[in-house]
Amino acid sequence: MEAALAFVVGMLFAVAIYLLLSEHIIRMLLGLVLLGNGVNLLIFAAGRASAVAPPIIPVDADVPSAVTANPLPQALILTAIVISFSFFAFLLVLAYRVYQDLGTDDTDRMRLAEPEDDDLPPLGY
Amino acid sequence: MMGSDTRFLLILALPFLAAALAPILFRRLPAIAAAGLALFPAAAFAILLSALAPVAGGTAILAGFNWIPELGIHFSVRLDGLSLVFALLITGIGTLIVLYAGAYLGQHRDRGRFFAFILLFMGAMLGLVLADDLATLFVFWEMTSVTSFLLIGFDHEREAARRAAIQALAITGGGGLALLAGFLTIREVAGLGSMTQILASGEALRMTAAYPAILILVLCGAFTKSAQMPFHVWLPNAMEAPTPVSAYLHSATMVKAGVYLLLRLNPALGGTALWETILPAFGSVTLVGGALLALRASDLKMVLAYTTVASLGLLVMLIGAGSQEAVAAAVLYLIAHSLFKGGLFMVAGSIDHGAGTRDIERLGGLRAAMPLTFAAALLCALSMGGVTPLVGFLAKETIYHALVEGDAASALLLIAAVAGNALMFAAAFLVALAPFVGDRPGAIAHPHEGPPALWLAPLVLGGLGLAAGLFAPAFHAAFSVPMASSAAGRPVAIDIGIAPHINLPFALSLATIAIGIVLYLTASRLRRALVRGLEAIGWGPDRGFDQMMRGLLRGAFGITRILQNGRLDIYITVTFTVIALAVWLPMTLTGTLPAVPVMPHLRFYEWMVLALILIGIFAVVRAKNRLTAIVSLGIQGFAVALLFMLLGAPDLSFTQFMVETLSVVVLALVMTRLRLSPSDHRPWREMLPDVALAVAGGAGIGLFLLRLTQRPFDNALSDFFTAYSRTIAHGRNIVNVIIVDFRGVDTMGEIAVVMTTGLAILALIGIRVIRRDGAPAAVSPAAPAAGEARP
Amino acid sequence: MRSVILRATAPYLTALMVLFSIFVLLRGHNEPGGGFIGGLIAASAFAIYGIACGVASVRQAMHFHPLAIAGAGLMLAVLSGCLSIPLERPFLTGLWAFPAVLGGDVGLSTPMFFDIGVYLVVVGSISAIALALEEEDS
Repeated sequence: MEAALAFVVGMLFAVAIYLLLSEHIIRMLLGLVLLGNGVNLLIFAAGRASAVAPPIIPVDADVPSAVTANPLPQALILTAIVISFSFFAFLLVLAYRVYQDLGTDDTDRMRLAEPEDDDLPPLGY
Repeated sequence: MMGSDTRFLLILALPFLAAALAPILFRRLPAIAAAGLALFPAAAFAILLSALAPVAGGTAILAGFNWIPELGIHFSVRLDGLSLVFALLITGIGTLIVLYAGAYLGQHRDRGRFFAFILLFMGAMLGLVLADDLATLFVFWEMTSVTSFLLIGFDHEREAARRAAIQALAITGGGGLALLAGFLTIREVAGLGSMTQILASGEALRMTAAYPAILILVLCGAFTKSAQMPFHVWLPNAMEAPTPVSAYLHSATMVKAGVYLLLRLNPALGGTALWETILPAFGSVTLVGGALLALRASDLKMVLAYTTVASLGLLVMLIGAGSQEAVAAAVLYLIAHSLFKGGLFMVAGSIDHGAGTRDIERLGGLRAAMPLTFAAALLCALSMGGVTPLVGFLAKETIYHALVEGDAASALLLIAAVAGNALMFAAAFLVALAPFVGDRPGAIAHPHEGPPALWLAPLVLGGLGLAAGLFAPAFHAAFSVPMASSAAGRPVAIDIGIAPHINLPFALSLATIAIGIVLYLTASRLRRALVRGLEAIGWGPDRGFDQMMRGLLRGAFGITRILQNGRLDIYITVTFTVIALAVWLPMTLTGTLPAVPVMPHLRFYEWMVLALILIGIFAVVRAKNRLTAIVSLGIQGFAVALLFMLLGAPDLSFTQFMVETLSVVVLALVMTRLRLSPSDHRPWREMLPDVALAVAGGAGIGLFLLRLTQRPFDNALSDFFTAYSRTIAHGRNIVNVIIVDFRGVDTMGEIAVVMTTGLAILALIGIRVIRRDGAPAAVSPAAPAAGEARP
Repeated sequence: MRSVILRATAPYLTALMVLFSIFVLLRGHNEPGGGFIGGLIAASAFAIYGIACGVASVRQAMHFHPLAIAGAGLMLAVLSGCLSIPLERPFLTGLWAFPAVLGGDVGLSTPMFFDIGVYLVVVGSISAIALALEEEDS
């Protein structure tokens, strides 16, 4: 299973990188979502995916009766999913505001903070 | 012999206390503020005097406490012959300077600030010469750089003052960093952390392989502070500061810090061929060069500034000459110079105050109007010119005596000394005699003596120079012998008196005075020739400094343009290239590429889910319109959720489902308003490198993961959580127990992040959008509802 | 999105989802579920309600500003961590009590309050985001 996951993770990263290299901010956002999924699956697979029983202890036992899936990456990913969603929402709103403000979705034309024809700073004392 | 006394630790606090009081005192009691503040350095001076007898007996007084015990750094002071005389000069002249400045500044608006600065500087300088621990010394060393920056730039509304301040800080602060490196090297290679240890270490430092590095680093610190050519430029430019500052910084304090360090380290670092080459070379060039430049200047303060440069060169040259007598000569000259140069700077300030100008060419005939200033000026100038019975005579005789006895190399130094002294003789009388004799130019309408402090302070310093000469044996016993002995590292005898002996040094003295008189009489012709000569050269270290600063700015700007070019695609390309290299390089270089995996045996529905993910992500790339893109994104997201479910992660699965639902909703809400096409417009030649990078990055991560999963897995953490989830934390859902209990602090940080993004989004939505063309964009009226949504 | 059926059923759907989310939250310590999932379910419930009936009525129904709910949740999480400090245990040490209520053991614990805090933060923040975007949209 890990080999198949490695392939899927590689694909997710490749597509995410390709989308992030776009100049259109919406495509970059789509890429970010894919990148988030790729990273989550990467962590998951790094914790091994051989056992498929949920990491839940039966009512009448102190430890799981059989080998369960690794709970640690699950705990890490669970919070990561929620955080990446809230960041995605933030970036989406930011992109939306930038579009309203600058009238473009092309990152090459967003030169407000770093203008293209920036002059030398004053050379006096 | 060593003694210990915490009183000498407390005197360090006095100037700082006075600095803190200064602004308040000038606001509340302006009439007596300067006199009141002068009491602090005067008290320190008095306490220091009480140490004269034990120190003259050869005792070094130590005091201190642990500062940073983990690093073995102490706050400690060492009072011996060398530091005591320096401390007396700093507090003694400091007292006079405070009184003088009170009169000189009159009702200046920023008096309080000025006195705070100059007293801070005094404290820093006092700490510098008293410090025993190297870290303590370095802190005070940099503090003098910073406070002198504040003092030189006191008149900060003028560009020239700002430039001078920045220049002084850049040069002396840069040298300070070199000094720090030197100190750290000393600590590292020899394990020596304080001056007391260094002085007791004998040959240790000279024998280490790092000796040349240590020496050069320490000399960088000393030469920048003590204005050796070519680092001297900051000193004349510092004349932008008010005259009391010049009188203080350039006589006994700031510029002597480097000389102090050289004298202090002479027993440990001196005596080698390297020491006796570098120091005389820099010193002699600085001596002659500075003295020549002094005659070029026509501003009284500039003349004095360049003679200060020359004097510092002379001191460095003497310290480097190596013999005990040369060290004795340096000590005598140092004390004499502090007295006469401080006095002459004050005289220059008084002339400026009384006559309204400092230009030699426009001054003359002031002797009747300013007789007391004239008297002070003459006393100081005679000492500077080395005329008996003043202390300067003792210094010059000893210098010549020390250099006459040496070899061929010291003959060169002797020539430099005679030339420099003759030039300085002329410069001294240009400042002290020329403005007072001759006819008074009409432009000077009402020359007058200033308030008493303006003539009393230089008169006191001139008088002290006379007293030191007249009572030479007592002066030697109390000051110069202990100081020279500390600096030489063994007892030094000084018995020079004011009675001239007929010998070679005396002949040289007479020659110096004769040449000096000739130079004085031809001064204005000489000045014009020098000005013409320097104009012909057209470049100097001062212009070099400007060019360097401009170059620095241009360079920084250029680098910023390259690194921060404002193009997001380049930033992202660089980032992912680095990531791709970081996964590829270790795998290929160490030959740890993963083994070829066997085809996994998966169930049919598992293949289906994986295929669904791949279909989803490719549909996202190929999507031609918004709806397709959003739906495709949702498909791959739900497929990932299904995958989690299949792999035994129900919690992840539910969370992923909910998040994907919300993502699609949110995306749909925003994208319908953006009116953007998500499809790609990249031309082929831009697309190819992007595809290459994407493939390299994706394949690299995939192979990295494959390699990772082929290695044995350390299950310790998960086993711990599994074993104790129920027994300690009373929870059967291990994932949830990890989130809320075992790793609760993490979760707390994460919910704080979630909340912060919520706040940030509301803030972003609440901002009123102004189009860059000036017209307000259409914003829905509900937008600012964030803060007022409570019913 | 303003279909009549949706608008009529949305309040009931939302109420059911919020109830379900609380159930998911409370069972989370022993079965799949927990604060994050429960919070997301409740937040999407409010989002659906907002799409169906307008943001104003959601705000009315929630009574508090969503971010105030989130802030209260964060504070609850921190306070449940602080409870162990007077007992000279490290911050966030789980404390348990099993009082007998109505004949059965009820596990009361600081991790439970911590999880409720997580739930409130997620509900508040996510619904604040969703509602703000819906307001933009209208």
